[in-house]
Amino acid sequence: THQMACQGLQGGETVASLKRESESLRKKLEEERKKLSDIELNQVAEKIEVLGPLSIKTRRVLKGHGNKVLCMDWCKDKRRLVSSSQDGKVIVWDAFTLNKEHGVALPCTWVMACAYAPSGCAVACGGLDNKCSVFPLSLDKNENLSAKKKSVAMHTNYVSGCTFTSSDMQILTSSGDGTCALWDVESGQLLQSFHGHTADVLSLDLAPSETGNTFVSGGCDKKANIWDMRSGQNIQSFESHESDINCVKYYPSGDAFASASDDATCRFYDLRADREVAVYQKDSVIFGASTVDFSLSGRLLFAGYNDYTINVWDVLKGTRASILFGHENRVSRVRVSPDGTALCSASWDNTLRVSWAAYL
Amino acid sequence: MTINTMAKGGWHREQMSCFRKMEKVIVAMQDPDMGMKMRNQRLLITVIPHAMTGRDIIAWLIHTYSICEEEALHLSGLLVRYGYIYPLKEPRSLVLRPDESPYRFQTPYFWTSTRWPASELDYAIYLAKKNIRKQGELMEYEKTRYSLLHKRINHTWDFVVMQAREQLRASKQRRKADRIVFECQEQAYWLINRPPVCLLLLYSLLHFCTILFYIILYCTLLYYTILCNALPYYTTIETCFTVFKQALGRNRVKSSICLESFVKYSEQYQNHDPIMQGSLPSNPWISDDTAYWTMNSETVPIPTRLRVERWSFSFMELLNDDMGRREFMTYLEKEFSAENLCFWQACEDIKHGESSRIIEKVEMIYKNFLAPGAARWVNIDSKTMDKTLEGIRNPHRFIMDDAQMHIYFLMKKDSYPRYLKSDLYKNMLAKAIVPQETKKSVFPFVRRQRHANPSPAQAVAQATEEDGHAKGAGQAGTKSAAGSHV
Repeated sequence: THQMACQGLQGGETVASLKRESESLRKKLEEERKKLSDIELNQVAEKIEVLGPLSIKTRRVLKGHGNKVLCMDWCKDKRRLVSSSQDGKVIVWDAFTLNKEHGVALPCTWVMACAYAPSGCAVACGGLDNKCSVFPLSLDKNENLSAKKKSVAMHTNYVSGCTFTSSDMQILTSSGDGTCALWDVESGQLLQSFHGHTADVLSLDLAPSETGNTFVSGGCDKKANIWDMRSGQNIQSFESHESDINCVKYYPSGDAFASASDDATCRFYDLRADREVAVYQKDSVIFGASTVDFSLSGRLLFAGYNDYTINVWDVLKGTRASILFGHENRVSRVRVSPDGTALCSASWDNTLRVSWAAYL
Repeated sequence: MTINTMAKGGWHREQMSCFRKMEKVIVAMQDPDMGMKMRNQRLLITVIPHAMTGRDIIAWLIHTYSICEEEALHLSGLLVRYGYIYPLKEPRSLVLRPDESPYRFQTPYFWTSTRWPASELDYAIYLAKKNIRKQGELMEYEKTRYSLLHKRINHTWDFVVMQAREQLRASKQRRKADRIVFECQEQAYWLINRPPVCLLLLYSLLHFCTILFYIILYCTLLYYTILCNALPYYTTIETCFTVFKQALGRNRVKSSICLESFVKYSEQYQNHDPIMQGSLPSNPWISDDTAYWTMNSETVPIPTRLRVERWSFSFMELLNDDMGRREFMTYLEKEFSAENLCFWQACEDIKHGESSRIIEKVEMIYKNFLAPGAARWVNIDSKTMDKTLEGIRNPHRFIMDDAQMHIYFLMKKDSYPRYLKSDLYKNMLAKAIVPQETKKSVFPFVRRQRHANPSPAQAVAQATEEDGHAKGAGQAGTKSAAGSHV
């Protein structure tokens, strides 16, 4: 690589000239994008009725973690969920009855990623151990889940996010080593790796598209990248945030995605227009956003912030629909349940809250 | 922000951007036209100028940012916690009381962001001043720290005492009101940056990070000055070039078209979104009644109307619902084109299945769907067929992609629209249930018992036992392939 650098420089280029060329390309790209920006999202949304006041009630408080809850994921059965915390514990709950159904203690701390398998028969989790492991959910209460652990992913830095693809057989991970990777669960084999971020990757999300082969990732380089799972190529890139991107999530149709960042804004990017189309911000919202998720119809965007609040944004009009208090520390993750009936929020206050929301 | 970047000074960066935003609010509050109305406050016998009440602060925030009282309390609480506004009456209680309690703006000289990090030397001088002024005025925790500092920076202690005396002398020459104001400001600054023991944990992290920040900063600067090579820049820029060039060549769609699609999508799904339109008979999380889930389960004999309607939204919606997929299969069987859906499912199974079974599955597909005279031969164009057959010699996970996509679009463009017009679908829609809304309980405080249900893991284990085969994994594979993005 040193040789490569020397060769490059020998070609008469200097770092400065390369940077200048890169800047001019960036400007040109911005111009191209602007040419087709004939209207803004909130203008298109003017004809829609303004939303009234939103009622939100916390209906379940899941207590049981001894430390900060860092991540959670719903099961496809719409009532179970898995959560992971700083002290290495991973718990599977029936949130409806508040029963804890399974518990695993990982040997590492800061389990930042956890995911429920589509079949409901396994969970994946990872964090500071640089790995992502899959645990089949045993029904035998006496059986030690840790014994059945299968180490699947191996990164050279912490694992920040993981998700199963549409089956139990593959997982996709994002890592502090700046890469994402696709793994075969059964063999632990690396199927594809995704390079392009220039800093820690903090989040990823699979596209709900028909051809089902892309995903989005966001990281500390302020970029959100779209990847082709088959070729490993970075097919689209967006850079408009002013600070680390903590979370990315697709709009339900798959034509857009939202991001949450330390710059206290959430943004909405359209994939076909290839640009940012909305910024969700307010002068009274001062602290960084760490997590986002859409309601089922995509009309509302729930975002969790570092000042312990959850702001609900009207995606189309760009205004803030509501604010939710209740957590006593940072909100690390918000996820709407698979059928859209509830919202779960995980927090550094050691609890998870399941809330109901409705327009009455 | 991550635990990784915390060490690299990322925490500092994150805090600074929050400080800047808070400062924006503070500046707006002090705007001569739109800002807060100040008054003079009486503190014992002295009059403090430019003070405001907690009540006024809340009112101004509510009015300026169009927020509710709870949020205004939350926001003003942050401003006090981070030292931008300080209380005059109970200086150690860093909360905002929405009543007549007086507060003042902290002078920018004493903003945490301006004087980051709070210096040990300055703290020593401050404590020394307090000590000299009225003997024994230091609080317990301050006395401990004073003696600790005395030990740690003993070599500059003469300087500390001299500075303290000098500053006290200078302050005596000020007007009493100004002197009191300055003392309040200084006290507030140190309450934030060197809080009493109970908050010590929070701010010791701040202290630790600043030390770490300086160490890392020094090392980073050293790295760049000594090594200063172009390599990191070069590879980054090269990647940027590829992405930019690709982006410049991309076909973009006009915003008016793209954005309209979001409006349409949200409108179409509004009735199906429990948050926007509620759920019938009731939302289980509110009513503790799982009827909504039971009525929409995979194996229910008669589906709900909303569910059947949703199948008409897109081909993907139909396929994502197990019941929808089964119905579609029934329709295709009538049309003698069921092999298309079977083929598509088999391809999905390869794409998302175990690496170890790819070859076996590809062979099965060839035998059943592609080989000349195959039992369920699928009609693919010759070009795609040739390419696929060629690729089967060296099967890999994505070998069926082209063929699968061809069949998928065939079904989507042809069979799917005809299914939606068919009697099979129309009858299903006609007999679908529209649940009655459950009347709210007469006794709202009586809670229904929340019933447990079998875990999905349990359901699969039972099915495996009943079958008697070790097909559990395979079933889970197809089941999960079906039950994907909802």
